[in-house]
Amino acid sequence: MNKRIFIVASLAMLLVIIAACAPAPTPAPTAAPPTIAPKVEPTKAPVVEPTKAPAPTPAPTTAPTAVPPTAAPQALLFSSTQFSPVEEQEKMRSVILKDFKAAKVDFVVDPSEAPFMDRIIAEQKTGKITVGVIGALHGTFPNLIQANALEDLTALAAKLKDRAIVKEFMTLGKMGTDKQYYIPWMQATYIMVYNKKAVQYLPAGANVDALTYAQLAEWGKNITAATKEKKIGMPAGPTGLMHRLTQGYLYPSYTGGLVTTYKSDDAVKMWTDFKAIWEYTNPQSTTYNSMQDPLLSEEVWVAIDHTARVVNAFKNKPNDFLAAPAPAGPKGRYYMSVLAGLGIMKGTPNKAGAEALIDYLTQPAQQAATTREVNFYPVLETGLPTDVPAHVKLELDGVVKQSKAADAKVALLPIGLGGKAGDFNKIQQDTLTRIVLKGEDIKKVLDEEGAKLNALMTELKAPCWSPDPDSAGKPCQVK
Amino acid sequence: MRVRSESILPYGLLAPTLIFIVLLIVVPIFQAFLLAFQTAEGEFTLIQFQKMLADTSFADAMKFTFLLLMFIVPAQVVLALIMALLIHTRFKGHTLFLYIYALPLAISDLASGIVWLSIFTERGFLNSILFQLGFLERPFLFLSYQNLPAMFGTIVVAESWRATAIVMVILLAGLQVIPRDYFEAADVFGANTLKRTLFVVLPLLRPSLQNALIIRTIFAFQTFAVVLALAGRVIPVLAGESYNWYALNRNANIAAAYATLVLIFTVIATVIYFRLLRTTAAEAGFD
Repeated sequence: MNKRIFIVASLAMLLVIIAACAPAPTPAPTAAPPTIAPKVEPTKAPVVEPTKAPAPTPAPTTAPTAVPPTAAPQALLFSSTQFSPVEEQEKMRSVILKDFKAAKVDFVVDPSEAPFMDRIIAEQKTGKITVGVIGALHGTFPNLIQANALEDLTALAAKLKDRAIVKEFMTLGKMGTDKQYYIPWMQATYIMVYNKKAVQYLPAGANVDALTYAQLAEWGKNITAATKEKKIGMPAGPTGLMHRLTQGYLYPSYTGGLVTTYKSDDAVKMWTDFKAIWEYTNPQSTTYNSMQDPLLSEEVWVAIDHTARVVNAFKNKPNDFLAAPAPAGPKGRYYMSVLAGLGIMKGTPNKAGAEALIDYLTQPAQQAATTREVNFYPVLETGLPTDVPAHVKLELDGVVKQSKAADAKVALLPIGLGGKAGDFNKIQQDTLTRIVLKGEDIKKVLDEEGAKLNALMTELKAPCWSPDPDSAGKPCQVK
Repeated sequence: MRVRSESILPYGLLAPTLIFIVLLIVVPIFQAFLLAFQTAEGEFTLIQFQKMLADTSFADAMKFTFLLLMFIVPAQVVLALIMALLIHTRFKGHTLFLYIYALPLAISDLASGIVWLSIFTERGFLNSILFQLGFLERPFLFLSYQNLPAMFGTIVVAESWRATAIVMVILLAGLQVIPRDYFEAADVFGANTLKRTLFVVLPLLRPSLQNALIIRTIFAFQTFAVVLALAGRVIPVLAGESYNWYALNRNANIAAAYATLVLIFTVIATVIYFRLLRTTAAEAGFD
């Protein structure tokens, strides 16, 4: 009898232990969450144009923003998907948020979107709201709207109208509705970074600051001929942002569009050219989530990636690396701007504090501090600050050159995909895997994946966004 | 009265565990099951499974999950058996080895994946050492999608390192409960070490082997963090696809469909192990 109890009990315990150790979904390795972010404006980037920093370095003791004076500052939870490195979180807490007095801010970061969203959804479902301000990339906001987790910030937007926030960014913050869902917070982009050792192998007559994709392939070929190694790198790892390069760089630069031109002849040409680049791309690229590590270890010499994912290269070896614009294709030098926004959690216990914090973070002094300390760029018309640390300056040079290039054009992040942004990205990822890694026939893959894309766009009824031509409110379709 | 309280006692003792399991495991399993058969709007459907089957990575994920299983489980059981038998001889300093063997158990699978990535990557530890020793002229690309066998091999090595210890612990526990009498009897009949191991230890170890195989196979179906770190999207596995659909593509329904598939395979594997190992155990005359 006793023995039996013992056996059953230990079996049960064993089960519990197995269950406890087993499947907890681990956060994806390194790296910030998949972004979608966009920016608008078919013409020139609002980025750029270094001007004097609106406020000189020592973080000015800004008058704490207007909030009805309460006895003691209330607590305010600021939940962010940005700033996964611990140093950046510390900068946020000890420098950027230091002078904010209207509430006691608790800044928490969940770099992986799944747990971040799960917390917000759980709080909304249980009605036990603790989150105040939400800081996330543009691409996360459709999920937040779907979870009905956002306050309407139209009134706050009106209050901030003298802030000179780039208009297109404010429009993006409406997420295609007439409500303001987020206030733009900061922006970033993707640039090319190269090791100075690679410069000698540039194709004859090529200017590294005005490269074409064809020249990039040739550059890679020269490097491989000289070193016997493939030294171009692409962020094609499981949480890498390669699909953004396809969406905002390769497709627009070759076809002038993305969805409408998905299987056009120009697209076939693009994939053919990209396969030529891939010939000289380090095959370990399928494990690269952020390019700074392979750049630093010199596994690769030339890479294209998100500014936040290459900045350590400049930080750790400032004498080795330079930044340049991404290459251009036949239709121009398209680049994508990544936008992060600030929203307010629906039902937050400290709405006044949350509004005050958004007001505070969009002030010029804090915008400049964000660039200086954590390397994201301001969303204000006033442009970029100049008093930045050396490594930020190195990277900024590339960003400025990119947006000021004669043939520069801006591609928007996907708009109107709602909770299906992941499905959209997956189509580009699958297309790349099939064409480039598995070597399937380009036309066949584009036909099949194009059909999936059409089905998705029809289901979503999402109209075209720039640079695809306006579809007059009808679902964007592959031609 | 006494009898009654005694008969209630076991249930009382089990209750906390049961409540724990029901709330945190049975209910979520049921919810995941429902998700797999629902649309995002909550209507019942089989579309999630259709989408899963049509997924570009599905066929590869099936293939690689079973390939991994075929390589990892036997390798680990053999390795663990050798380790357990060694420790069981209680040679001098065997506890130290036990601790060393068990060390990987304390490391999360993603962390160990990243550790192995730093070993196998182009400028990683392994290439650096081989290069320094003059074995290589230039780094060997273990993690190239163009060299799938090498990439697959690194996963087998990393997974074996990570999870052999759990199998060893189970087998060692099994070894320690075998009564000494059997060994003495074997000695009396003049069995040498090899014979004793083959004809006495192994048959008596069958129940533990069964447990070890079941647990290890369940874990093998769930493997993905190490695979994700070393092979990215190039070598998809079922559990990894479930994670990707949930965490990256934010589609809980298709993720649940994958999870349900993993559950079905796990159940099938467990039943097979029970059948196979139980009959042979009975044949051998042990119970």
